[in-house]
Amino acid sequence: MPHDLDPALLALRIREHCVRMTARANASHVGSSLSMADLLAVLFARHLRFDPARPDWPERDRFILSKGHGCAGLYAVLAEVGYFPVAWLETFHQDGSPLAGHATHKGVPGIEVSTGSLGHGLSLGAGMALARQRDGGAQRTVCLLSDGECDEGSVWEAALFAAHHRLERLVAIVDHNKIQSFGSVAEVLDLAPLAEKWRAFGWSVLELDGHDLGAIEAALAKLPFEAGRPSCLVAHTVKGKGVSFMEGKLLWHYRAPRGELEATALAELAAAFAAGRKVEPA
Amino acid sequence: MRTAFVNALYELAVRDPRIVLLTGDLGFSVLEPFRDNLPAQYVNAGVAEQNMTSIAVGMALSGKIAFTYSIANFPTLRCLEQVRNDVCYHEANVKIVAVGGGFAYGAAGASHHATEELGVMRLMPNLTVVAPADPVEARAAAAALVEHRGPCYVRLGKAGEPTLHQGEIDFRLGCALRVRDGRDLTLISTGSMLKAALGVAARLAERSVEARVLSMHTLKPLDEEAVLAAARDTGTILTLEQHSVLGGLGGAVAELLAESGIPVRFRRVGLPSAFSPAVGSQEWLERQHGLDEESILGATLKLLPS
Repeated sequence: MPHDLDPALLALRIREHCVRMTARANASHVGSSLSMADLLAVLFARHLRFDPARPDWPERDRFILSKGHGCAGLYAVLAEVGYFPVAWLETFHQDGSPLAGHATHKGVPGIEVSTGSLGHGLSLGAGMALARQRDGGAQRTVCLLSDGECDEGSVWEAALFAAHHRLERLVAIVDHNKIQSFGSVAEVLDLAPLAEKWRAFGWSVLELDGHDLGAIEAALAKLPFEAGRPSCLVAHTVKGKGVSFMEGKLLWHYRAPRGELEATALAELAAAFAAGRKVEPA
Repeated sequence: MRTAFVNALYELAVRDPRIVLLTGDLGFSVLEPFRDNLPAQYVNAGVAEQNMTSIAVGMALSGKIAFTYSIANFPTLRCLEQVRNDVCYHEANVKIVAVGGGFAYGAAGASHHATEELGVMRLMPNLTVVAPADPVEARAAAAALVEHRGPCYVRLGKAGEPTLHQGEIDFRLGCALRVRDGRDLTLISTGSMLKAALGVAARLAERSVEARVLSMHTLKPLDEEAVLAAARDTGTILTLEQHSVLGGLGGAVAELLAESGIPVRFRRVGLPSAFSPAVGSQEWLERQHGLDEESILGATLKLLPS
């Protein structure tokens, strides 16, 4: 059975860890980790079936972070749900740590595959889903992509393949935060209309606010969105979500919140949670 | 050679449902039995080698023994990063099969000349690199690849390569086959160049020069003992490959010999790091590039002490 944790609390913890981890390591990609925090929180709190005591449990659902640069968020959620001690997070991006700056499976329980170069994860997930389909398994494979990643042609090779093979237990979630490495998605290589593209490739698509915990949970409960088709969730998100000075800013694809900024960010996150509300869109 | 390999793999797949074959939309007249009789173990991934390679990894990480199949440079160079990050880093049980090594598709143009891929594949961590010499080695390689747990690359000839081994062979990955023995020099070949090696050895024998011939069907891990023994025993080594002299068999043997401290006369017979200025049949291109029996005999006599 899926776990039953509080998604809002888990999202808060993920964000706090991401701020601390990137600050300590002076590492990039805090904005990318924050934009997907609510998606990760609902997936691991309510949806995915897994057993932290048995990372290789054959019946588990597979989760692949194809946007491997957002791995601070993934390491954080894996630690919070019990795959490894939370203290490991302090080693993120440091000399000799298993927690590399892009998602790495070596020595990290709960990481299914290593990513970091964009455009690999959906194919890997489709391969897992195809193997499951042929073996008659019910496990789901969920792959989280970035929007900039959809520039990669291999993403669309995988999209074609998954629809052709009717991989209805495969789910792609696009963290559509509208900002990629060197500009906005619209400026760099426009993906619009993104949901229409996935539909045209044969996927069943839902769009939602990727920070609305209830909406995410409701959408995941409907999987597969349509029998015989892979499902795509285009999640409209805000880069740096939850920290006012990071939201929607390209700078926070790179900069680490050091010194006073770290304290400010953590205080904002705590205050928003204490106010008994999820973080509202800016 | 291709047909021998595919038929052997088919027989293995009939007995082992873990084996799956993914093709990049190639294999006309060869893969039909797989497609028609083993549909649950067959995937035509379309003309999309990057996706095919990662799909194979996803299947391998789910318990399958996944073979990818395409021609020339398509299953290797086209999707090199998928080979490196997905196949090799995950130590996935994926076997990459390329049909048409060297100039097998010689008339098809530079796009189809697979003349650098052995070196590139040799650089990939965790990857076993195999290039059988004839249909007998190809059949044995199919079984060895299934048996070996982990990433492999195999370069095959296309079709029509003659059978060179008479009877059974003791084919083990990483162990060169001594096809002929001699004490005057050693010819080390990889892939289909064994035919030329044996031809040259026979011509040398007419001059009372006895050549040892090693079929180095596994380029990585290299059978270092066999190479060092050849250096010690015969003092003269030529490597023969239908590949750039950089990075492939000649490169691997040169690296080993240079650090061995064994004095040895040595010559890499292969291709310069250049695109072939002309296209043509495999046989014609071999002559153009000094890879035919006559040219290799000349190179050998030049290297031998007078």
